[in-house]
Amino acid sequence: MSKKDLGLLILILVVGAVVAIINPRFLLPINLANTANLIGLFGILAIGQAFVIITGGIELSVGSVVALLGVLFVDFIATRDMAWPVALPLILVLGGMIGLAHGWLITRLKLQPFVVTLCGLLIYRGVARFYTADGTAGFAFGQNFPELEFLTAGRSYGVPNSFIALIVIAIVMWVVLHRSVFGRYLYAIGKNEEAAKYSGIRTGRVVMAAYVICGVLTALSAIYFAMYTRSISPASHGQFYELYAIAAAVLGGFSLRGGEGSLIGVILGTVLLQELQNLVNLLGIPSSLNFAVMGGVILIGVLVDQQWGVYRERRLMLEATRKGMAGASAE
Amino acid sequence: MRRLEVRFGSAARIDEPCEGRQSADVARTAHQLLSGVMNYSDASIGVSTTAPFLSLEGVRKTYPGVVALDGFSMEVRPGEVIGLVGENGAGKSTLMKILGGVTTPDTGTITVDGVAHDRLTVEASIGSGIAFVHQELNLFENLDVAANIFFGREPLRAGPLRLVDRARLRTLAAPLLKRVGANFSADTPVSTLSLAQQQMVEIAKALSIEARLVILDEPTSSLPLAETDKLLDVIRALKAEGISVIFISHRLHEVERVADRVVVLRDGKLAGTLPKSAVNHDQMVKLMIGRMLKQREKAAESARPPGTVALSAKAIRTSAYPDRPVDLGVRQGEILGLAGLVGSGRTELARVFFGIETSLGGALQLDGKDLVLGSAADAVANGIFLVPEDRKLTGILLDLSIAQNISLPNLPAHARRFLVSAGAEAVTAEKQKRNLGIKAPSVATRTGTLSGGNQQKVVLAKWLAMNPKVMILDEPTRGIDIGAKAEIYGLMRALADAGVAVLMISSDMEEVIGVSDRIAVMHEGQISGILDKEQFSQENVLLLAVGKQPR
Repeated sequence: MSKKDLGLLILILVVGAVVAIINPRFLLPINLANTANLIGLFGILAIGQAFVIITGGIELSVGSVVALLGVLFVDFIATRDMAWPVALPLILVLGGMIGLAHGWLITRLKLQPFVVTLCGLLIYRGVARFYTADGTAGFAFGQNFPELEFLTAGRSYGVPNSFIALIVIAIVMWVVLHRSVFGRYLYAIGKNEEAAKYSGIRTGRVVMAAYVICGVLTALSAIYFAMYTRSISPASHGQFYELYAIAAAVLGGFSLRGGEGSLIGVILGTVLLQELQNLVNLLGIPSSLNFAVMGGVILIGVLVDQQWGVYRERRLMLEATRKGMAGASAE
Repeated sequence: MRRLEVRFGSAARIDEPCEGRQSADVARTAHQLLSGVMNYSDASIGVSTTAPFLSLEGVRKTYPGVVALDGFSMEVRPGEVIGLVGENGAGKSTLMKILGGVTTPDTGTITVDGVAHDRLTVEASIGSGIAFVHQELNLFENLDVAANIFFGREPLRAGPLRLVDRARLRTLAAPLLKRVGANFSADTPVSTLSLAQQQMVEIAKALSIEARLVILDEPTSSLPLAETDKLLDVIRALKAEGISVIFISHRLHEVERVADRVVVLRDGKLAGTLPKSAVNHDQMVKLMIGRMLKQREKAAESARPPGTVALSAKAIRTSAYPDRPVDLGVRQGEILGLAGLVGSGRTELARVFFGIETSLGGALQLDGKDLVLGSAADAVANGIFLVPEDRKLTGILLDLSIAQNISLPNLPAHARRFLVSAGAEAVTAEKQKRNLGIKAPSVATRTGTLSGGNQQKVVLAKWLAMNPKVMILDEPTRGIDIGAKAEIYGLMRALADAGVAVLMISSDMEEVIGVSDRIAVMHEGQISGILDKEQFSQENVLLLAVGKQPR
């Protein structure tokens, strides 16, 4: 765990303590479980986003993909009678294909990630609304999928299974990002794509893979969100979710220029965001201020982090100069 | 706004849009008029009796691990053209940075117009009339000539609206352009100008801030010969106006033609000053190179005869000159120097060899077999490696450690089941660090903190760890201090002796001649000739570089 992550963890604990003191209901098991569930849902989304951001890209279509794939998933199992063990992988594949398409446009046709995924945001939202004719996709009365519901919305020992899923995914992705050859390539490309290319890395493929990972994880969270809300109105479902994901990554120490950030950081970022949501509810702050609180905290967080970086850089420089002078006189 | 007349042949009238520096300017105007007049009447007497405009005394500057300048002294008199020569890394750029006020010397004094300073600030440098024309031009291509000359100091009209007075801008720019002998008008877009013309714009810019010392940093390195002559004429015109010039160039023949005095830098020290009568090519080289000569001689001695052709281009066409196919073959065990002017298509050829750029036609062959490269990864897989020109942008990742940089092209070999083994990386890196003498606290050190020479060694190390077949080096010693340079020559020779085909692209004439076994010269996208060892001479390389036949 880096110092940055540790700082974020302390911030989470301090905010939690303050909220708990003002409103002890914060610590009620039901509240914690609910918050953990939301952390699980948004966390999976944020990890996907993190893989794209580390390459210096961005994925803005996440919210619309959550809506589109959610609508499709509910439609497949509720009205088309597809078995969910078939529908689930199918949705994941669809998510992967969306990611592949984005990655292809960005790496092969050299379009900017912002533009490609912004168009995706608009297109998928439109398709989702068209698919249901702007109606709400949901389950019929009495329709039950016990195993699926247990896996997505259920709890084990009081812990939401969505949160457990996040932990499992986080561990796997931590290994991928921080220990694997692929992860090293991601960092290298994010730091300096040209230099990575000149080192013989097939940068196009690596970047494309990052978008595919993002697509698959987004698809997975789309299923979780669908099973959590159980009814989806495609006009509003998943709106702004891309921003939650990006915010979590930024709070977690990711640089939008790429090449920086840790998996623990993005998880902690998600935790802090959900804690803030919870805080707004529990402290009786008008919920209309919800976004304002979030924006304010992120801004302060990034500002502190940036200033700290400047301070550290200056100290390093001074140290290097001192060492250099000592070295020069010794020669 | 005020008017000033400077005598230069027929008197030219110049409008100077300088506001807010009036008092200082008045004194300077008088001074300049005076020296202008004196130069007009008798240049040689005028120069020798005038007090120096600028003098440096015992200037020392160190960077972590490197002494860039060591007790350096020189002076510049009004109307004097000083040729400043020295190898890359000799301290020229540090000296320029000190004069420009960008860096602070550790010790020493800088005297401008009789006023001694410990250091110059950027403002003080500009304020005292020191102007730079850099090798890389700083012009806005999307603006016209006049707008570039007066950028940030535009004459305004319409009071509080602060609109640019375009008509006045052009009338102000016209006489400046005339002074530098420009054959284009003030409203020409810069993007349509040739390199030499752009340089004239830069010089006009220098004149517009009433420069008294113009420092030209390698102004001719990218110019064709005819344009170079024009530039040298401009320098003479500046001199005739009483403006001092420091002319930095690797083209010693040009220095010979234009300089009143030559100052030679070597390893951050003043290696010698040559008066006009003693300025000649051999003298300069002798002072510049010193002990380097021995290192180069050693690097020039091949231990084995060259083998068969390893990598060759057959009628390859690159983006630089799409209609001019190029043929070139590098043999095993030789260092083939690739000379030519900047922009002659050398770098593009190297990029095609390395698969970064796809050729527009023709074919590549490796060991006699056709080779198709879709990416740099393909080239690396075939044992063709490139040490690129721009080390910091494309050579290494500054934020990664030495070990991580070295393992990057061959990461799967440093991994077990897709997981990177830090231990294996460290082993490889330690070995390379030892072999190449990379000076760093450990292999976990960030490469961004290393000196240029050590960074270049890291670039080399990552390829040396992988058994190269063909090694392409693009300007391998640019901006590297002299000690590291010699080591890199040694490494190149060791590679060649081990049977690797080495292709070295270099604009450093002495380096090309000193290190290569053969020299191929490129001119406008094609190989204009290949010189064998007995034909090596600066003159021959230069002749081929401009498309003429060698003697």
